[in-house]
Amino acid sequence: MAIWADKNTRVIVQGITGREGTFHAIQCREYGTQVVGGVTPGKGGTTHEGFAVFNSVREAREKAGANCSLIFVPPPFAADAIMESADAGIELIICITEGIPVNDMMRAHDFLRKSNARAMMSGAMPSRLIGPNCPGIITPGEAKIGIMPGHIHRPGPIGIVSRSGTLTYEAVGQTRALGQSTAVGIGGDPLPGTNFIDCLAAFESDPATEAIIMIGEIGGSAEEEAAAFVKESVTKPVVAFIAGQTAPPGRRMGHAGAIISGGKGTASEKMDALRAAGIHVVEAPSEMGAKVAEVWKGR
Amino acid sequence: MKVHEYQAKEILRRYGVPTPRGIVAENADEARAAAKELGGRVVVKAQIHAGGRGKGGGVKLAKDADDAAELTKKMIGMTLITHQTGPEGREVRKVLIEEALNIDKELYLGITLDRRIGMPVVMASKQGGMEIEEVAERDPSAIHREPIDGVLGALPFQARAVANALGLTGDAYKKCVDFVQKLMRCYLDTDASLVEINPLMVTTEGNVFALDCKMNFDDNAMFRHKDLAEMRDLNEEDPLEVEASKFGLNYITLDGNVGCMVNGAGLAMATMDIIKLAGGQPANFLDVGGGASAEQVKNAFRIILSDKNVKAILINIFGGIMRCDRIAEGVVSASREIGLPVPVVVRLEGTNVDLGKEILSNSGLPLITADGMWDAAQKVVAAAKRQDHPERSEGSTAAQGNS
Repeated sequence: MAIWADKNTRVIVQGITGREGTFHAIQCREYGTQVVGGVTPGKGGTTHEGFAVFNSVREAREKAGANCSLIFVPPPFAADAIMESADAGIELIICITEGIPVNDMMRAHDFLRKSNARAMMSGAMPSRLIGPNCPGIITPGEAKIGIMPGHIHRPGPIGIVSRSGTLTYEAVGQTRALGQSTAVGIGGDPLPGTNFIDCLAAFESDPATEAIIMIGEIGGSAEEEAAAFVKESVTKPVVAFIAGQTAPPGRRMGHAGAIISGGKGTASEKMDALRAAGIHVVEAPSEMGAKVAEVWKGR
Repeated sequence: MKVHEYQAKEILRRYGVPTPRGIVAENADEARAAAKELGGRVVVKAQIHAGGRGKGGGVKLAKDADDAAELTKKMIGMTLITHQTGPEGREVRKVLIEEALNIDKELYLGITLDRRIGMPVVMASKQGGMEIEEVAERDPSAIHREPIDGVLGALPFQARAVANALGLTGDAYKKCVDFVQKLMRCYLDTDASLVEINPLMVTTEGNVFALDCKMNFDDNAMFRHKDLAEMRDLNEEDPLEVEASKFGLNYITLDGNVGCMVNGAGLAMATMDIIKLAGGQPANFLDVGGGASAEQVKNAFRIILSDKNVKAILINIFGGIMRCDRIAEGVVSASREIGLPVPVVVRLEGTNVDLGKEILSNSGLPLITADGMWDAAQKVVAAAKRQDHPERSEGSTAAQGNS
């Protein structure tokens, strides 16, 4: 058991003939993920590095039985790629692309809401979007759908959810002894498809997950909302770290979503909200592993 | 991306949003000519990318064209300090000469993204001319919030709700409804991330104008707005940050003395945090990105070292797809080429980490290696402190480069 991605997930790569798409499609296949093909409009019917290439997502779903899409399409076309996947009935859409305009994502979310409403009415599965601007999702030993280094992961009881890529790897590295159930990078954009609450709810009902690490950062109020959710609905122990305790206000710290504006979204506000919800907040990023091991033992 | 007030108003006019008539001037003669054209009685406004200009002496009323010229002469070249510029202030290079109008009311109108609901929100308040954050803190009920569907734009009933909330009647009410709809169209079409009209002015004649305007844009969308991208004023930005952006490096100057080079924005922030916890102060935020090459490591080194406050550098890399041996090679070749004027602590983790460490230790360079973030932070903070107090140095390899 794990959340959302496992050995049965059938993945297609949108933008498979690009440099990034090619490299990571191969990496995912080598990890053991079922990569059943890729989409590059105009190159359908060919094969690329042993992958079947299709002209559209719909065709890839019908011919290769894909139920998950991994997107490496450049920013100007990425929102369209997301919407195409949703329209084709892809259940899990993972968008790695960084730098998609907010207005494009607003339209993509609007499209997803409507297409999911149609799917529900017809009894089909709705689409879940993870990202954009994220490392993807990995269920160690089963499926790696993203750009994370597979070899640092081990199967185990710790669920990890994070707004930051390399900081997720840091948490994975620190939990090497225990292992991870699933690690999800939700991405550093202001409008993510999947948020902390979605992941926390899934980890709560996943039997394989016994403790959770959540890694937030400055900007927005997703961590505060997650804190309220944990207080109400999560029984498993949660350890949290918030990056950006030393970040100055008004400056965007790399991620489009990581900015303290109008005095809101500071690390200390978020840490207070998390602590008040009974979450184990660590001040140093080097303490995530030790703290989760401690609460996991005492659960 | 930010633009100046005069540029923001130029954009507003393209969408039919009313602004006072204005002309940009770079010297006294241009200001005099502009003021004459505008009817003599004008306002001279310093153009810098920061709010609070009025209090800092950057907005003055001129009674005639000669007065406007005189005020401009004083303003151009002055360093304007406001609560948003920091103590170093900003040099004024241009002024906006604008017709003076008869103010009846000063209101507030702003549009920005509400991340919780994933929609833009129009914020309106009767308390114009003040910082909206202050209003929000003192009396949140004084701000009307109208969420707008980003696909549909501001619907007529929504624009009316805003005009109602501003307490307008008659002609001003109708003009405000039109103003809100056009402003929202402008916000959406230009991929703005913030539009702030503060104050939104109602004249004694019942006209509605954007008396001041601040606009920020979504950097990610500038590829489809070449005309807006050209409005970027590099004079308003930190030269080191501009230099870094040319190499695809995400760099922000801070005021500490421990330089950082990290892959990934979240890990870069976390590295700054742990330096602080170890008793130091980060000198910068620097994300070399996911696919950093030896060339990028070299440029990152150079940029960090051009900040003269830097006393030690921490390189913290969690190699995923990016292999640690490649990074180590980059660090070694950059160190050889640029030299090591300050101690450098390197923490590598991830793919090919052992090979990476071997390359570092075989290089013969006085690089300090660390295991884990906490170890790295302690070592770099100690090294920075030794640089500050060289007499206390105990002949460690870290101090060698400083002779």
